[in-house]
Amino acid sequence: MSDITKQSLSELVENIKGKKLSSSEVTNAFVERSEKSKELNAYITEDYANALNKAKKFDEKPNLDLKLPGIPMAVKDLFCTRDLRTTAGSKILNNFVPTYESTVTQNIWNQGAILMGKLNCDEFAMGSSNETSFFGNVQNPIDKNLVPGGSSGGSSSAVAAQLTPITIGTDTGGSIRQPASFTGTVGLKPTYGSCSRYGIVAFASSLDQAGPMAQNVKDCALLQEVISTYDEKDSTSIDFKRNEYSKELTKDIKGKKIGIPKEYRVDSMPKEIEDLWKKGIEYAKDCGAEIIDISLPHTNYALPTYYIVAPAEASSNLARYDGVKYGFRAEGENLIDMYEKTRSEGFGAEVQRRIMIGTYVLSSGYYDAYYLKAQKVRKLIKNDFDDAYKKVDAILTPSTPSSAFKIGEKTNDPVSMYLNDIFTVPVNLAGLPGISIPAGHDANGYPLGLQIIGKAFDEQNILNIAYAMEEKINFKNNITDWWIK
Amino acid sequence: MSKNKSEYLINRHDNQYEVVIGLEVHAQVTSESKLFSTSATKFGAEPNTQVSLVDAAFPGMLPVINEYCVKQAIKTGIGLKAKINKRSVFDRKNYFYADLPQGYQISQFKDPIVGEGKVILDMPDGQKEVGIERLHLEQDAGKSIHDLDPKNTFVDLNRSGVALMEIVSKPDLRSPDEVNAYIKKLRSIMRYLGTCDGNMQEGSLRADVNVSVRKKGSKEFGTRCEIKNVNSIKFMQMAIEYEANRQVDLIEDGQTIDQETRLFDTKKNETRSMRSKEDAHDYRYFPDPDLLPLEVSDDFIENLKSEIPELPDEKKKRFIEKFKLSPYEANILVSDIETSNYFENVIKKSDVKLATNWIIGELFAALNEKNLEITESPISPGNLSKLINLIKDGTISGKIAKTVFEQMMEGDKDPQKIVEEKGLKQESDPKALEALIDKVIDDNRDKATEYKSGKVKLFGFFVGQVMKVSGGKANPQLVNEILKKKL
Repeated sequence: MSDITKQSLSELVENIKGKKLSSSEVTNAFVERSEKSKELNAYITEDYANALNKAKKFDEKPNLDLKLPGIPMAVKDLFCTRDLRTTAGSKILNNFVPTYESTVTQNIWNQGAILMGKLNCDEFAMGSSNETSFFGNVQNPIDKNLVPGGSSGGSSSAVAAQLTPITIGTDTGGSIRQPASFTGTVGLKPTYGSCSRYGIVAFASSLDQAGPMAQNVKDCALLQEVISTYDEKDSTSIDFKRNEYSKELTKDIKGKKIGIPKEYRVDSMPKEIEDLWKKGIEYAKDCGAEIIDISLPHTNYALPTYYIVAPAEASSNLARYDGVKYGFRAEGENLIDMYEKTRSEGFGAEVQRRIMIGTYVLSSGYYDAYYLKAQKVRKLIKNDFDDAYKKVDAILTPSTPSSAFKIGEKTNDPVSMYLNDIFTVPVNLAGLPGISIPAGHDANGYPLGLQIIGKAFDEQNILNIAYAMEEKINFKNNITDWWIK
Repeated sequence: MSKNKSEYLINRHDNQYEVVIGLEVHAQVTSESKLFSTSATKFGAEPNTQVSLVDAAFPGMLPVINEYCVKQAIKTGIGLKAKINKRSVFDRKNYFYADLPQGYQISQFKDPIVGEGKVILDMPDGQKEVGIERLHLEQDAGKSIHDLDPKNTFVDLNRSGVALMEIVSKPDLRSPDEVNAYIKKLRSIMRYLGTCDGNMQEGSLRADVNVSVRKKGSKEFGTRCEIKNVNSIKFMQMAIEYEANRQVDLIEDGQTIDQETRLFDTKKNETRSMRSKEDAHDYRYFPDPDLLPLEVSDDFIENLKSEIPELPDEKKKRFIEKFKLSPYEANILVSDIETSNYFENVIKKSDVKLATNWIIGELFAALNEKNLEITESPISPGNLSKLINLIKDGTISGKIAKTVFEQMMEGDKDPQKIVEEKGLKQESDPKALEALIDKVIDDNRDKATEYKSGKVKLFGFFVGQVMKVSGGKANPQLVNEILKKKL
């Protein structure tokens, strides 16, 4: 089969299970395409030789009962992978090779998948364009001048360009959904506590959540089913009954009540986003859903709240990168000098900015005014959703306030960059699941996404809504393989 | 300085100053594994052999609370008659140091696991209650070793993440003696509970000492200084004495006291400024987002209450009421759990009064001389009670018993056997004693005449002679009686 890489995950799994394809054939195809796609800069670390070996071993003794039998996969470089360098997109972890495996990736390998390499991302997942990575920016396969979104920009680019059949990202304020939206792919941020954070380089612990990024909703459901497990090693992991999301997936969403929050009609929203949203509402109605206007009154405060809580936690989480134990160290005259040199040379500008914001908002004299107040507002935002869910089953919004922007366009304007997360951030603050599905194109032909937000632990419901709408939308990505010479 | 019984006051010119002391005791929780990881906590292991990825703060590693440590903290709280908080929160205390791998210490700041409680001290002039402000759980840091190399510092992370209880007293202590009594009482309670071994040499118990002074009678507190990390009672007392006098001198000199953190130099016996209030760290405390608030149920607490053994105060009361011990004796015997266990084992089969005297007197002196703990005593409680029974039933005299006791101290021997082997059995046969006494009187005819003519003091001489001739075995009571008759 010449077009192996064009197949979806579900097709590949079916073909391997049906012995129409071997793991080696599939792995080889994705490795070859990845090698031809270096210009996208989607990978930070490639592990192709090992992947091909593992595929060979799989084929020698294939276990076809697994959910991801012999499927090659590259993952965001925020997941610690045993014996393979894990950088979090930062110079400070440039040489770091974990001796341990994150729970989420371990779950994936346990189901037969094979690691191909580590995908580029914003440094410590701090960014919305993948431009803060120490390993350089990533190109969006839609257009070479476009960012792929962030922080899971390497992941979104790789899935859209079919360098990997599927991948995982992490989402702290939109880092799965926004890049999915920018690349015409599907991205799910699960309920906080659904996927273990053990072995994921931490950005903001109370917001970070791993999730699948895929070409379609069904693939997304299958991977979610694999990665979502209760884990005693993560105290915030929640022991709830997890569905077999892919098996229970249905397009029957008749009578589902879908809320439209009026506060998401922001002033600066381009008309094409407004139009997309309207179209989305029509699609949902076509699927038999009932549309209900709702209010999430504290939406306006979500972004400033997020930009206090996330940097506060990050400033503390990143204190361990001090040059003492592992990672990059700059020599200094004494301990303090070593700390200062290591951290000013090892961290990029955006990470330093957030460490400073975080340190400031936690400082004595400012804590009450910033951090404590932000926590109170966070509670109000969560209450908004709780109230809304008394009336509706899910909420439909645009994923982002615009399509993918140009590389370099917002690098000198952090606030305008932060504004890109305006629709995704409330979901993290409330700990809810949210999925972005491609739903149309802007005037330039760039993809636009719609977001479906669910109740806590109600991944199945938003996957079903996404699955039903996906069929109606019938989205096609315009990718020309321009980077392959 | 004046010490009229209870009051510890510092006199300068016409002024009398009272010293106000509060302690923050850091007690290592007795636990096989650390507060948030499964690493071992054994003392004295090779450096960096008890360190997990969590303790060394590797990327993506997460803390998981050790339930046993939580139980230990709650038990300690119960032992301190304190309020147990059903909901407590772990916070991050942020600061950079080479032996603090995370860049923060996980501690409890606003919502500790244990609230207000109290400790009763037995002072020479009566009881004194010391308030407990709170008890919280926190991680210990690693250890920086600066003297192994002229340029480099070595770091041992074995201690990193070990569970500590910080027990904060109210500023209720007024003298070095009270501090001594407080630490000993706290240590005793925790050893009874098995929640901290209280071993100060191994650093299981250390304290930050807050000291201020004020004119006697004043209700306002003076400005306090905190003396960091003092690891013996003696040093605490020395540090307080030095620090209080330093503060009094400053006040008398018309100067003010700066609120600051000070170090106690054990070689020079003085405290030194470490950092002023202005230089104090901003720890940027905030709730640790990796850990949910710690919630315990009433049942959980009730179950732990049922596991609490009899504590020193209750035991003392029982000893006084049941065994008719004096408060002084009871205090000594309950001061640590091993001693009270030893005592209770001895009196299972022997006389309480004699047992009390022998333990507090002979045994303590002998152990002290050999520098042994009661748990290392060569004399088992069973053998001591045998010895006491031999005295009680008249088999041996108290004096002979001391000889037997000395033998027993050399190895755990059965006193009965010693008495038999060495023929130390007391001579209580009146006939045999009469014969002995007759011989002594015969040999000392002149002295007998003197006695009879009124020199009654010579009675003692005869008793001594009889005892000597009998090799100390003669029953002293009978000797007295018979001698009186014969002379």
